Amino acid sequence: MRHFFTLLRNEIWRLLISPSTYIAGFLFLLIMGFLFQWMLRLYTSDPQDETPSVLFFRMFFIPVFFMVPLLTMRSIADERRSGTIETLLTTPVTIAEIVLSKFAASYLYYCSLWLITASFHVIFFAYAQRDTIIDPYPLIGGYSYIFLSGTLFLSLGIFASSLTKSQLVAGILGFTLVFGFIVIGSNIEDLSVLATDQAHWLRQFSDHTDALQHMSDFSTGIIDTRAIILYLSTALTFLFLSILAIEYRDGTT
Amino acid sequence: MSYLRNTTNQPSQLDSPQHTIEVEQLHKRFGKINAVDGISFKVEKGQIVGFLGPNGAGKSTTMRILTGYNRASSGIAKICGIPVAADPHFIKRRIGYMPENNPLPLELRVREYLKWRAKVKEIPFSQRRRAIETALESCDLLRAQDRIIGKLSKGFRQRVGIADAILANPDVIIMDEPTIGLDPHQVILIRDLIASLRGRMTVIISSHILPEIEMTCDQIIIINHGKIVGQGSPAELRDTFIDHTTYEVEIHGSIEKLKTALSSIAPELQIEKTSERCPQGFATVEIQIKGKRDYGERLFQTLANCPDLRPRSLRSKMAPLEDVFLAATRRSWEEVDQELVANGEEQAVN
Repeated sequence: MRHFFTLLRNEIWRLLISPSTYIAGFLFLLIMGFLFQWMLRLYTSDPQDETPSVLFFRMFFIPVFFMVPLLTMRSIADERRSGTIETLLTTPVTIAEIVLSKFAASYLYYCSLWLITASFHVIFFAYAQRDTIIDPYPLIGGYSYIFLSGTLFLSLGIFASSLTKSQLVAGILGFTLVFGFIVIGSNIEDLSVLATDQAHWLRQFSDHTDALQHMSDFSTGIIDTRAIILYLSTALTFLFLSILAIEYRDGTT
Repeated sequence: MSYLRNTTNQPSQLDSPQHTIEVEQLHKRFGKINAVDGISFKVEKGQIVGFLGPNGAGKSTTMRILTGYNRASSGIAKICGIPVAADPHFIKRRIGYMPENNPLPLELRVREYLKWRAKVKEIPFSQRRRAIETALESCDLLRAQDRIIGKLSKGFRQRVGIADAILANPDVIIMDEPTIGLDPHQVILIRDLIASLRGRMTVIISSHILPEIEMTCDQIIIINHGKIVGQGSPAELRDTFIDHTTYEVEIHGSIEKLKTALSSIAPELQIEKTSERCPQGFATVEIQIKGKRDYGERLFQTLANCPDLRPRSLRSKMAPLEDVFLAATRRSWEEVDQELVANGEEQAVN
């Protein structure tokens, strides 16, 4: 792991000097801003059961669907397309260092974008609800879920990027994987209609994979270690698979 | 650049016949295609070796195997006595590699890129700055050091790639077509740069530009169809592949007279080519002799004694490397054809 920080610094620097970073960030904040504003309108028209922050985090998957492929599709596919992976792999760095540095750079960027959305809540509490007390716990819970699930989503994106040479294919594949995890994972319970004799088993399984359920658990203050283990272990698995994919495709070490 | 590795630059070590690169029976298959088919060669320390061959001959694959980027299907490639496959990380610390097409991150500045490469290549902090300065200086990049790589011309980019290859002062430098796309000035610069590495580093370059290879390389390896079809110094290759001697003479007088004069020396002297006469009435005539014979002096005397012929110049013409290359690759094509015919006959019998 000797070169990890060298590579990470380079990755972050390249993110910072690339215009696409700022375009993606702008797009993300624009959409999140609109969602937040739409949500506030909802509150002015009808009374709601949940606090605005819980509802806000419930929609986390909308930006995840497009942000994760956008952030990760370039990482390895582009190195492979331009051939710089060849110059990189003929230096003493290991593939694990390359994958981890790419992952860490996109993860840091992803987290910092989400942290900016925290300002929405600050502005909201500062102006709209001057007489109420800020309840920070749903926010803390919600953001910790975002950061936790980010490890898995970005590792899915990195994995997609490590399989191919084309950014487009990597982006579509990354989107499919993330979409698959969130949508199929949270609807797996519906399969019990097909397999009635194994309904119990399916229901138990779906408890573990339901990303939307995890989100609402976290944002209401239930920190579930099963979810933590699921996300971290799956993230590690996909990072490991990315290393294998690069080793296989670029045949080295 | 000797500050990075003072111990290995001792002349005593250079004198010892140590092989920096040893390749034995290297094979590489891609599916059904034998990209590299039993290549063996040895390179002494400090030598400059040129890989020649048509496109798809296996030059790049051989280079990639040497860098540890690709694995050989079978065979051994050793660098500094260590098999590449056994310890890729040892090898990677000892090579500087510039791949084909010279891929670079286009958004970085030249100095930024080299600084990052110096870190990745484990150059100690205290020497990093100097190593970068030296590399920039030897590739004449000091003026362009703060420019963005993506906005540089091809020649500059090529030099950035070469600067990166020599940056860590490695034992072995492997460059895949380093002079492609450069203008003559830059080609001379790169040629001088490569020549200045002679004795300190072992350099392998591949190129299509034959005079380039001839001028810079101590040893030439001609590869075709994944096999070595010729190997040795330019002179040795000429000996092996060119079986005729050519003299070029500028002469005033009729060609018929010249022919009779030539046949008086020996019947094997043949006129190969005659050029147009220049305004003064001189024509350039190429005289070819089968086999390797030295007729220079006799030719000169005969022509001088002949009253109707006025020679202006006479020189023995070296066969260009191009002819050697064509002869070597043609021979291997013929072998392949024969194999194909033999295989076809076998199949027909079966």
